[in-house]
Amino acid sequence: MNLAHTAEEIAFRDDVHAFIAKNLPPEIAAKVHGGKRLGRDDYMTWHKILARQGWVAPGWPKEFGGPGWNTVQQQIFDDECAAAGAPRILPFGVKMVAPVIMRFGNAAQKQHFLPRILSGEDWWCQGYSEPGAGSDLASLKTKAERAGDHYVVNGQKTWNTLGQFADWIFVLVRTASAGRPQEGISFLLVDMKTPGITVRPIRMLDGEHEINEVWFENVKVPVANLVGEENKGWTCAKFLLGHERTGIAGVGACKRELKHLKEIARREPAGGGDSLMKDVRFRDRIAQVEIELMALEVTNLRVLSAEAEGGKRAPGPEASILKVRGTEIQQSLSELMMQAVGVYGIPYVPEALDAEWGGVPVGAEYAAPLSGHYFNMRKTSIYGGSNEIQKNIVAQLSLGL
Amino acid sequence: MDFSLTPEQGMLQDSLRKFLANEYGFDSRRKRAESADGFSRDTWAQLAELGLLGIAISEDDGGLGGDAFDSMLVMESLGRALVVEPYLSTVVLGGATIAAAGNADQKAKWLPAIVGGETLVAFAHGEPRSRYALSHVECTAKADGAGWKLDGQKAVVRDAATADVLLVSARTAGSTSDEKGISLFLVDAKAKGVAIRGYATQDGGRAGEVTLTGVQVDKDALLGNAGEAYPVIERAVDRGIAGLCAEALGIIDALNEATLEYLKTRQQFGQPIGRFQALQHRMVDMTIRAVEARSMAIVAAAGANDSDPMERRRKVSAAKAHIGQCARYVGQQAVQLHGGIGVTDELIVSHWFKRLAMINATFGDAEHHLGVFSDLLLKEDA
Ligand SMILES: Cc1cc2nc3c(=O)[nH]c(=O)nc-3n(C[C@H](O)[C@H](O)[C@H](O)COP(=O)(O)OP(=O)(O)OC[C@H]3O[C@@H](n4cnc5c(N)ncnc54)[C@H](O)[C@@H]3O)c2cc1C
Repeated sequence: MNLAHTAEEIAFRDDVHAFIAKNLPPEIAAKVHGGKRLGRDDYMTWHKILARQGWVAPGWPKEFGGPGWNTVQQQIFDDECAAAGAPRILPFGVKMVAPVIMRFGNAAQKQHFLPRILSGEDWWCQGYSEPGAGSDLASLKTKAERAGDHYVVNGQKTWNTLGQFADWIFVLVRTASAGRPQEGISFLLVDMKTPGITVRPIRMLDGEHEINEVWFENVKVPVANLVGEENKGWTCAKFLLGHERTGIAGVGACKRELKHLKEIARREPAGGGDSLMKDVRFRDRIAQVEIELMALEVTNLRVLSAEAEGGKRAPGPEASILKVRGTEIQQSLSELMMQAVGVYGIPYVPEALDAEWGGVPVGAEYAAPLSGHYFNMRKTSIYGGSNEIQKNIVAQLSLGL
Repeated sequence: MDFSLTPEQGMLQDSLRKFLANEYGFDSRRKRAESADGFSRDTWAQLAELGLLGIAISEDDGGLGGDAFDSMLVMESLGRALVVEPYLSTVVLGGATIAAAGNADQKAKWLPAIVGGETLVAFAHGEPRSRYALSHVECTAKADGAGWKLDGQKAVVRDAATADVLLVSARTAGSTSDEKGISLFLVDAKAKGVAIRGYATQDGGRAGEVTLTGVQVDKDALLGNAGEAYPVIERAVDRGIAGLCAEALGIIDALNEATLEYLKTRQQFGQPIGRFQALQHRMVDMTIRAVEARSMAIVAAAGANDSDPMERRRKVSAAKAHIGQCARYVGQQAVQLHGGIGVTDELIVSHWFKRLAMINATFGDAEHHLGVFSDLLLKEDA
């Protein structure tokens, strides 16, 4: 056993580091570090920079334009990006729909969609959940009826992340109603500009707009946009959900947040003239979460290297463990940051989340986003399969309960 | 021992609950929070009519002469409805403190106006660098002619921008963190040199940064004796904490009721999600927290009135620590069990959750008070 990186891994990390240092626009990194609002352009700018370098889709096979990295390299890349303050590469195109198209799509779909995902030409969003179908996704009701060379889609999707910016949405629809709920579901690719689609914003508890309802009213979708077989969409759906493990633990982002927490604790007063970092009670709590993060990081690496060795990519309970612990740690970090600023977690100054805002902050300049961030992070244990569902998976698949 | 409500308390609770049920739906609360003042002056007048603004003030001073348990009942109901009117600021921190420390003239001048709903008060004590240390006061008051001249800054003062009068602490002697040498002043919010930067708060309320630059006040602005305000401030804060504990209790109960209802109605996998044992046990843990929170809110109410300062400290800090932990657990779990809808602005659940987080950040969070309590153990040994 050897925990140290190999010489090649270190050289790889140095290359990645140098590239990011040179190419990540400082104003975007400043937004990420300062907890400011990111717009469509911020995501796209970074996506295109990485695309030009051939690094936007680390998990893709070489034949489709991936860089051919192993899982450890992918993790190093994730860590370096997060540490530098790069916006995350949105998963909906690169990590979700693309692998489904690669595996189940026809030649025309591969040829058309994959290069556009790489280049960033199409912004994708995910249309799985419905008001009555969350954890129990198979109970979805959105209907697609075949009419010649089209499907006519009717229904409602919800909790759609950043769909307000999207060009395309991949949806699960019901194409047959007999049999088990998992049967009769199909996987469709839908152009967001198709008549009959309405996107309505949902305001989140932190006051921000990052999720939407998407309504489909007699939306005509060419049969050519069906991925895989009709009524066999559940296979695609599951493949997508279990597919991408690198990054699920969010180790890189957690490390960046931990560093930020420490900076805040060093700068905040403890009341007696000392810094909060000198307050042993608060410092113990930072220590606790740092130790938990260490455990997560090594667990993550162990899962990834087992995967690299075995070459298996099927969904498994390890991903669930990473998701549960990763989100718990993200939540602890956000809570500690809010608590670190004491009463300055109380003001609500949403203008301060705008990088262009020239106003005077209330309290320290880093304080404004912290409470909202804590509130927002409650989502992490809900989305992507809630932590309860992840534990059910571990109980069933790993423990045989 | 008797934990039952007196008939008068029962009536008080009933009438307030009825009033809030009629007047204070979630949409109406949202409108108040988004209005210019951040609350409704009409509602304030109605609360005055109901006699609520005089609860913490003795009958001699024109109030109802209620005790700490009456205040607890009121705050609990206000919490449940997420009331944004400045009750804690004006009545619990303002009125009660003037009643406790003011001279006859000051009481006659301020208390009837507070009880009648005409005067609003804000408690301006914490400072940008004080965190939760009550004795950390950098703001200064220098004797100046017949009065005083105040300079300094006060941080995140709840309801500052709409207050008519500010209760300002300032150092008249000693160094930054001495308990001795702090004085309290009643400062007209419109006085020359007072600048208030108001803003909204995360929980839908209002607060402000208060800057005092050479503010001149008369000698009758001094509340109590010069340099001896620390115990007065500590007591005011303890009353405030007792109020916040009761408010949190109201919210915890409300969150549990809403979550229980959701577990019974939300269907997934062909059954109500409350059938899943993982969630049943969670709901039971939330219920246990609520039961304990009620016990500790009672401890806080009793403690805030304890004449023995050590005992008062023990009880109030124990309550704030424990309720802070209960509130965090219940708030986080309530959101979690609601799934996606729980993290939306549309549902009151997220607003209860946010208010609990902000209560935790007011007058010391759970960890701070656990620390205070823990430090007292050393004194027990001595
Ligand atoms: C911010 C955010 C972004 C999202 N983005 C997207 C997106 O882009 N596209 C998309 O399709 N969806 C998205 N989702 C939806 C997300 O996947 C669902 O919210 C999630 O699957 C939970 O479903 P639900 O909200 O209906 O909760 P429910 O399924 O109703 O769950 C309610 C509670 O019951 C628990 N529960 C349910 N079943 C069980 C069980 N069997 N055992 C134990 N506990 C159980 C849950 O864990 C939860 O605590 C997003 C959600 C959020 C909050």
